[in-house]
Amino acid sequence: MIYFDNVSKIYNGNEPALQDITLSIEPSEFVSIVGHSGAGKTTLLKMLLAEDSPTGGSIFFESTNIHSLNRDALNKLRRRIGMVFQDFRLIPNKTVYENIAFAMEAAGRSEEEIATDVPYVLDLVDLGSKIWSFPRELSGGEQQRVAIARAIVNQPDVVIADEPTGNLDPVSTFDIVQILKKINDLGTTVLLTTHNKGVIDSLGRRVITMDGGRVIRDDKSGRYAL
Amino acid sequence: MWWINAKRIIKYGSIGFIRNSFVSLSTILVMTVTLFVIGSLIFIGAVLNNTLSQVREKVDINVYFVTTADEGSILSLKKSIEALAEVSSVEYVSRAQALEEFRLRHENDQLTLQALDELSENPLGASLSIRAKETSQYEGIATFLENDVAVSAGEEAIIEKVNFFQNKVAIDRLTRIIDSSEQFGIGIIIFLLIASVMITFNTIRLAIYTARDEISVMKLVGAGNSYVRGPFVFEGVLYGIVAGITTLILFYPLTLWLGPVTEGFFNDINIFQYYLDNFGQIFLIIIGTGVLLGAISSYLAVRRYLEV
Repeated sequence: MIYFDNVSKIYNGNEPALQDITLSIEPSEFVSIVGHSGAGKTTLLKMLLAEDSPTGGSIFFESTNIHSLNRDALNKLRRRIGMVFQDFRLIPNKTVYENIAFAMEAAGRSEEEIATDVPYVLDLVDLGSKIWSFPRELSGGEQQRVAIARAIVNQPDVVIADEPTGNLDPVSTFDIVQILKKINDLGTTVLLTTHNKGVIDSLGRRVITMDGGRVIRDDKSGRYAL
Repeated sequence: MWWINAKRIIKYGSIGFIRNSFVSLSTILVMTVTLFVIGSLIFIGAVLNNTLSQVREKVDINVYFVTTADEGSILSLKKSIEALAEVSSVEYVSRAQALEEFRLRHENDQLTLQALDELSENPLGASLSIRAKETSQYEGIATFLENDVAVSAGEEAIIEKVNFFQNKVAIDRLTRIIDSSEQFGIGIIIFLLIASVMITFNTIRLAIYTARDEISVMKLVGAGNSYVRGPFVFEGVLYGIVAGITTLILFYPLTLWLGPVTEGFFNDINIFQYYLDNFGQIFLIIIGTGVLLGAISSYLAVRRYLEV
């Protein structure tokens, strides 16, 4: 489904951030990417979202080369990918409802669909009661659950979670991981980057280990090995 | 689809406007100052134009004729002056009219009137008052008259004096003042306009700078550029409308207060009356400038953050 073909990235003559990455991710897989800071995890995800372009190699989503897409096609592709960030990145002056509705509106969905789907995904992340709150009125864990709700509301093919538990306490971390597992059980591919050993060990799914911009391990049912 | 997007853009633009009330307020204040400058320039321009045209009206050349001049030859001279391209009007004052005007001017001055009555004959000659289209053209007209006087000198000179040569220095100076005040006025207008537009643009850019993360998130959830930009541009339009209305309201008491002052000082132009008479035009200029300024500034400011 997602295929990295010999991808490299070098930022202005520095050490390469990514070196010859070749890997493929199948539909409905739950893949964790682990590695120290600067190992290249976030750069890899940025390439997938076309936030940045590779210095060499290509990235395919199904059979499409992501970096050959024009702006419109790229916007359409991004609607098939749900993003969750470490710092949540909710829009501060929009309510929980509006934050999620915005992603649906960007995808051109009707008001009726929005009115039924938003409360539905909020129930899924157990936040039905906070629908009219602003992000600043929520705890970190709650904000991250809103971000996940926003990521899945358009029923994406892939959810990418970049260190989603990095700013959270252990209880919220557990909640988030459970939600990601539930999403994956419903058939969505999940790509997770994390530093959290406990999270990786409790998942027991595929683990890709990165170091210095290279993939150094790729285990089908791995553990945190750094 | 188009309609749904437009509706959403208007909705989120309005929501942003209300929720970021502090940012909105400060932007509107800065914009009001800009629009106020532009409005003031309109008023200053009106006052200046009016004053200049009044001063111009006051400048004329008077040709005084000897008392024995024959009315027929004065009128034929009037005709030939009127034929000049530079001349806008020529007014003939006959001897009898001159006397009447003189009496009217001195109606409270019995001594002068008595002295006048002592004379058996009307001592005043007829005159022509000539007005040019431009102050700079008086010299040409005066030269024409001089030549004419020279020509008729062979026969019997009917012109007693032409007052241009006495007024020449004053007229020249006035011409220069009028020209340079127009240039100076245009210079100041351009300078103030550029300065205030830049300040407004910068304020809006700062307001949108605070929303740059928001814009990148919008892009990452797959929103198109125009859909991301729309609410910001609409918010800019709202800033412009509110600032424009505020400016128009501010001008009401201000011109009302300044009206009598300008009327006394600059003769004849009451800026309050000017404001009321030209309200439609001023409304369009102020609101239009505000809307354009808001929309264009927002459009340019958002563009920087769309490259995700």
